[in-house]
Amino acid sequence: MIKLIRSLGRWGLGTFERLGRGHLFLMHILAGIPGLFLRFSLVIHQVYSVGVLSLLIILISGLFVGMVLGLQGYNTLVDFGAEESLGVLVSLSLVRELGPVVSALLFAGRAGSALTAEIGLMKSTEQLSGMEMMAVDPIRRVIAPRFMAGLISMPLLAAIFSAVGIIGAFLVGHGLLGVGDGAFWSQMQAKTDFYDDIMNGVIKSVVFGFVVTWIALFEGHDATPTSEGVGRATTRTVVHSAFAILGLDFVLTALMFGDE
Amino acid sequence: MPLIKIRDLHFYRGNRAIFEGVNIDIERGKVTAIMGPSGTGKTTLLKLIGGQLRPDKGTIEVDGQNVHKLSRSDLYELRKRMGMLFQSGALLTDLSVYDNVAFPLREHTDLPESMIRDLVLMKLQAVGLRNARNLQPAELSGGMARRVALARAVALEPMMIMYDEPFTGQDPISMGTLVNLIHRMNDAMGLTSIVVSHDVAETAEIADYIYLLSGGKIIEHGSPVQLRRSGSQWVQQFMQGLPDGPVPFHYAGPEFKEDLLKPEEYA
Repeated sequence: MIKLIRSLGRWGLGTFERLGRGHLFLMHILAGIPGLFLRFSLVIHQVYSVGVLSLLIILISGLFVGMVLGLQGYNTLVDFGAEESLGVLVSLSLVRELGPVVSALLFAGRAGSALTAEIGLMKSTEQLSGMEMMAVDPIRRVIAPRFMAGLISMPLLAAIFSAVGIIGAFLVGHGLLGVGDGAFWSQMQAKTDFYDDIMNGVIKSVVFGFVVTWIALFEGHDATPTSEGVGRATTRTVVHSAFAILGLDFVLTALMFGDE
Repeated sequence: MPLIKIRDLHFYRGNRAIFEGVNIDIERGKVTAIMGPSGTGKTTLLKLIGGQLRPDKGTIEVDGQNVHKLSRSDLYELRKRMGMLFQSGALLTDLSVYDNVAFPLREHTDLPESMIRDLVLMKLQAVGLRNARNLQPAELSGGMARRVALARAVALEPMMIMYDEPFTGQDPISMGTLVNLIHRMNDAMGLTSIVVSHDVAETAEIADYIYLLSGGKIIEHGSPVQLRRSGSQWVQQFMQGLPDGPVPFHYAGPEFKEDLLKPEEYA
């Protein structure tokens, strides 16, 4: 019993210590962001590796999620004779929920894990230490540009995911199942609000981008500098990011749509 | 006045004492070696001098400044005048050899690219790798990576360089090249060099002064000749690489005979 309490205490202390370190790390990154505007090329380079290289998985997944949504939505709506509303159903579910959430999960798997592995390996090969000894702050030079890139890329990827998803649903709904294209697009336009729906999705994706990139960079920076340590940190990035995305999605949804 | 003055240095990792009351003076313009068996905290000492770790007690002064009392920006200013060569080279793997050497110049100076090019080529020429400038770090051998790292470490014309195990894992030719380079750089650039190593022959060849570290204390110090003549058995064992002596061959524990008579451990 004492053993159990002791290990629980140790786990608790360890967790809070890591949380504290994570927040100090974030403060350090945020302090480095103003300096990035003078050297924006560093950020652009990272937007390429974090964002552009994630495009393929986002495009393909978005297309298939949209197509499935088109099929499923049609089958349900047709029972009520409301198949003309397929466009609304698809756009609202994508823009409000699936776009930000699924693209953030994919982003954590593709870009987040790569960031953790990259930073973890830089640490284990003493590149970060080497920079410090050259009087270059690695958090400002290496970490902050990647954080900024994640923050910029995530909302764009979520928007692309939703757009491609809607096209996928249209291809299935109109091309395969015969939903009128006029009804599909006009109902979507009439019922999808810029502020209530699209902006809320954008806010979610910005928050997810912030959290996933933070977790990925912190895990890399905090990794034990061995191959096993980096491997574990990469796994933790994906798992913690998934928890954070789904948990925050509920909180954000409750905050933004709770009073409707 | 020595360039580096270490007084009563204490440093602990958890409960384990790495240093307990170490005093070291590193003279200007000289090559000083810090030697000792693996795991005696030689690399830790370099990290303490560079301000990457904080001592639990004692002071480290570099060029008259107490490293651990400096503000962050002053510490970074001091580091611009300190070069460090890591055991792995610590080259930035996403940059070419040329860009690695140019890195500190681009970060800390506003020199035009044409001048940076001249400086980089000069430094690479000095280590014999001017024609390897377009290679990526992954394409270099261990010895070449260390030479590139050396060119990078001297890019800002520092007052001193710290070498962390520069000879470990090198073939005889690159070992000879590195020994020669460290010696030449020190004299040609008027540097002060600190070499951390356990390669006795190579280090004794270039060192003006040697400190022997073991069990968190300085066991002996002096010129290579003085150390070779030392009456201490420990120093003789270390300098001559004898397998048994004051540092036993066997890891401490019960006698072999006792162990053989205890079959129940595996029952």
